[in-house]
Amino acid sequence: MELGLTPYLILAAFLFSCGLLCIVTKRNAIGILMGVELVLNAANVNFVACARYVPGFAMEGQIFALLVIVLAAGEAAIALAIILNFYNNSATVDVDRADELRN
Amino acid sequence: MNLDVILFAVIAGATALSALSVALTRDIVRSAVWLLFTLIGVSTLYFLLGAEFVGATQLIVYVGGTMVLVVFGVMLTAQQQFLKIKTAGPEWLVGGILAIALFAVLVHVSLGFGENHPKPATNTLPSAGPLGTAFLGNYLLPFEIVSVHLLVVLIGAAYLARAKRRSKEEGRS
Amino acid sequence: MALPVKDLFSFLPTPFDMIAGAVVAAGLLVTFVATSALFFIWLERKVSARMQDRLGPTRVGPYGLLQTLADGLKLLTKEDVSPDVADKLLFNMAPYVAFCASFVAFISLPFGNGIVAYPLNVAAFFVLAVLSSEIFGVILAGYSSGSKWSLFGGIREAAQVVSYEVPRSLCVLVPVIVAGTLNLNTIGHQQQGFFWQWNVFHDPFTLVAFVIFFIVATASCKRAPFDLAEAESELVAGFHTEYSGLRWSVFFMAEYASMFAVSGAATLLFLGGWHTGLLPFEPSEKFGWAGHLLNLAVFIFKGFFLVFVMMWMRWSLPRLRIDQVMMTCLKYFLPISCGLLLGVCVWELYVPNLVENSWKIVAGVGTLLASILLVVKLFTGPLTTPNRELPGVWAGRPTAITPP
Repeated sequence: MELGLTPYLILAAFLFSCGLLCIVTKRNAIGILMGVELVLNAANVNFVACARYVPGFAMEGQIFALLVIVLAAGEAAIALAIILNFYNNSATVDVDRADELRN
Repeated sequence: MNLDVILFAVIAGATALSALSVALTRDIVRSAVWLLFTLIGVSTLYFLLGAEFVGATQLIVYVGGTMVLVVFGVMLTAQQQFLKIKTAGPEWLVGGILAIALFAVLVHVSLGFGENHPKPATNTLPSAGPLGTAFLGNYLLPFEIVSVHLLVVLIGAAYLARAKRRSKEEGRS
Repeated sequence: MALPVKDLFSFLPTPFDMIAGAVVAAGLLVTFVATSALFFIWLERKVSARMQDRLGPTRVGPYGLLQTLADGLKLLTKEDVSPDVADKLLFNMAPYVAFCASFVAFISLPFGNGIVAYPLNVAAFFVLAVLSSEIFGVILAGYSSGSKWSLFGGIREAAQVVSYEVPRSLCVLVPVIVAGTLNLNTIGHQQQGFFWQWNVFHDPFTLVAFVIFFIVATASCKRAPFDLAEAESELVAGFHTEYSGLRWSVFFMAEYASMFAVSGAATLLFLGGWHTGLLPFEPSEKFGWAGHLLNLAVFIFKGFFLVFVMMWMRWSLPRLRIDQVMMTCLKYFLPISCGLLLGVCVWELYVPNLVENSWKIVAGVGTLLASILLVVKLFTGPLTTPNRELPGVWAGRPTAITPP
């Protein structure tokens, strides 16, 4: 039995779905951020698996995975800064209470 | 059966289980810990695929940097001892249906795509040296964009999270 | 030539021979980590005792060598308490997370020419990455204990380690630029020959980088004078306030394992790895097994020596305040290590060979002579001071009890 590309793609699909579930169901802002990290990781698994299995994609796959990792780190830093500001203003991290801009 | 298959099964199972726990756990810190295990599992997968540099980067940036930041955020925003915000039932239903539908579509696509790509002959991917050369050659523009982006993030995060001293001084005077 | 643990089990069918080899390699590493932690705890107590004019453990075994074992037995029989308000799952898991992180670093650390569990191409980077994830156990312990002392300890640790990671990585980059590879085995190979071939004597920048790396590594192992995470005078015992029994000792194992791991990385990157510095050839290629054993002994000796220096620092220097710790890192180490990185690039590009070689010999021989002088001075001085006088550099100064 040989290990092909398909198992990696299915695992990535599963991680992506878990990330989506996390984003949709969590009400804590930091929980939503974690869901986004899961989604980005799922994409990264796809990139690296394709770097390994798709001919001529060895360099691109890894480089895009590295770029995604760096961007995700920056995104987490900014998101946490925003969440902390929100917490300072409204004393909660429940995103359902972030409705000051309505009306 | 060869070793790759066994290792993949073990790692992928653990990763998938922790990813599911991230979504299903209500306690936000436990959720962060499960996310930590997912990230470690993903980096192990990179090592299994032969992408050593990407795997080590995943460890140092995600596990050593981002996750510490996230847990820090959780600690700073927790009001009670262990923070829990409940989600209503209908949200779970909608979210679950959405996730399962997406998973089905993605599996359908990947089954079609994955079969065309058998195992390649070489067992290695280009490591740090070629990657660095590529970043300074063909991929210079994305590299520069990312570095400018990081600078912007640095300034932006410092601006957003700065201590607000002005209001205190006004209050005093 | 690599150590043929992999081929020991070639009589087994395909997946099982590799699994058996992996189990043997992991077992060897666990044994090494555990026994060296036992030894380090004994050494720490002896060193501290000598520096404070005491004897330290003497009763159990020769020179008290078995004291740690006895303590371990005592810890095993202790009740494993966890606080009522703790998050039990995370509380129980935290020590093992910390230990796993520092243990995994040993996987890609070569103990000799090719004596490595898994020869990773990016080993230097991997060791850094894995060691930096050790804090996660500490943060978890601090958070899940449900005690404010633990939480303070955990948060301090997180802030400290995340800041110190940056100069540490920059200092590792300096010898990596000299070597042109991230593979620790290759970096070790390149420093073959006499001791002025070691990376630390390669140019002025690596010399400074070694000193800074060592200080920063001490800080990232949360050792005194940087042990703010467990400052007894302020935080009871910091992040492990609520731990007792076996779990508490696992934290200690993790600490000593990561101390040896950073010392091993420093040895490989700067101090010539497994080379004695006195033989102009690779011993394992000339003498076979005996050479491998020599390499192993030399590497472990160098690592243990650096750990000893860490203990020396711990019992000599007072603890810093948290703002001083952060300031030292962000205001001094970070700019200096950026400068070192630029300097080593310029040195590699523009400095002629003659200057490079003469610097090597001057720096190497100079350091050797300086250290010999230091040792001689230490051992020839009077071992005891006369009554009512101060020792060492304070000799001759008036004290409160000196007769006028």
